Amino acid sequence: MKKAFAGAVLAMLTLVFSGSASLAETAAAPIVVHIKDFKYNPTPLKLHVGDTVTFINDDDEPHTVTATDKSFDSEALDTSGTWKHTFTKPGTFAYFCELHPYMKATIVVEGK
Amino acid sequence: MDRKSFLEHVGWTGAAGITWTLGASGVMTAVASAAAPAGALSFIQISDSHIGFTRPENPDVAGTLKKTIADINALPVQPSFVVHTGDVTHLAKAEQFDTAKSILSELKAPLITLPGEHDVIGSSDAFMAAFGKKDAPKVWNSFDMGGVHFVSLVNVFNFEIDGKLGPEQLDWVTKDLAAQKKSTPIVVFGHVPLYALYPKWGWTTEDGAQVISQLSRFDNVTVLNGHIHQIIQHTEGNIRFATAAATAYPQPAPGTADKPGPLKVPDDQLLSVLGYRTVELAGHDAKVADHNLA
Repeated sequence: MKKAFAGAVLAMLTLVFSGSASLAETAAAPIVVHIKDFKYNPTPLKLHVGDTVTFINDDDEPHTVTATDKSFDSEALDTSGTWKHTFTKPGTFAYFCELHPYMKATIVVEGK
Repeated sequence: MDRKSFLEHVGWTGAAGITWTLGASGVMTAVASAAAPAGALSFIQISDSHIGFTRPENPDVAGTLKKTIADINALPVQPSFVVHTGDVTHLAKAEQFDTAKSILSELKAPLITLPGEHDVIGSSDAFMAAFGKKDAPKVWNSFDMGGVHFVSLVNVFNFEIDGKLGPEQLDWVTKDLAAQKKSTPIVVFGHVPLYALYPKWGWTTEDGAQVISQLSRFDNVTVLNGHIHQIIQHTEGNIRFATAAATAYPQPAPGTADKPGPLKVPDDQLLSVLGYRTVELAGHDAKVADHNLA
């Protein structure tokens, strides 16, 4: 959760420095999950309905971001590949890498 | 995997008379041209070509696959067939399948192709379009040739925890094996190792033990897999397991690195850790030999 906290701090700094930034823009601060060393980070990740997450593959190996219930699937992300997904429903979503199924993580989406 | 371990000679004569020979290219010709007993059947296994991979561990995977095909085509005795045990492509893209298919179509011998997890990312449509067979809509399949019963398994479609066969395929293979005589030699193909080779890296088939227990009643079973890009042999009773070298790039030996993935070897050693495997079957004897591309 350190990254989420850092993100929030960054969002606040942006608000302070830009002066004119609206609350809507702070809510749009990028939420990023890095895939590195065969791990998704951060996990579990807490979101709100409507949040968009950017997944970035920092590994030399391709990975996928695939929901266990198949409700989302990035297909193959090669090295430096990115994929965005907007979570429109509340719930707890387990996901894994189709290529390395022991790589598992969770996203918790709360209603607004 | 270093050159020394790849070149390590493994002699193995079990009750079923199986001899394993792991040799450099010099051994290849001797093995391949050895006079085979009348009625002998031979085939070749290749694996893990990863067409579309471009990283420094092997910037020319198409070139090393072409070399593999050329080496096989140059053998004095052509095999009855060549089986590719999966990961033909790196990212299951249509153009990667096109490239792979055009290279593999140069083989003189008939080709059987099984998917690896890299071939079915997102869906199996591109794989099926390139290599699917109408008489095997689920890909898993069995056939008889020269008194040997061959079984092709697919343990990558139901990837959720580890490699899995799934209940439908388990049901099919149970019936298929039940119809075979105990004395019939059985050869099983699949991508991911069927036994728990190194589960920490996903090198296992979660429900593979159910098939292994059915295979244990036969006198002579050979299980050939890919996935781990290195040769590892294992035996349980009358069942011999062997994973194959890749045609693309090596991976670390289990537990020798933090994670699996492409292993960089010095450029002048790459061909010595890539290769193909010949298998000769005659009666109850199976002779398995691995050949590198150097």
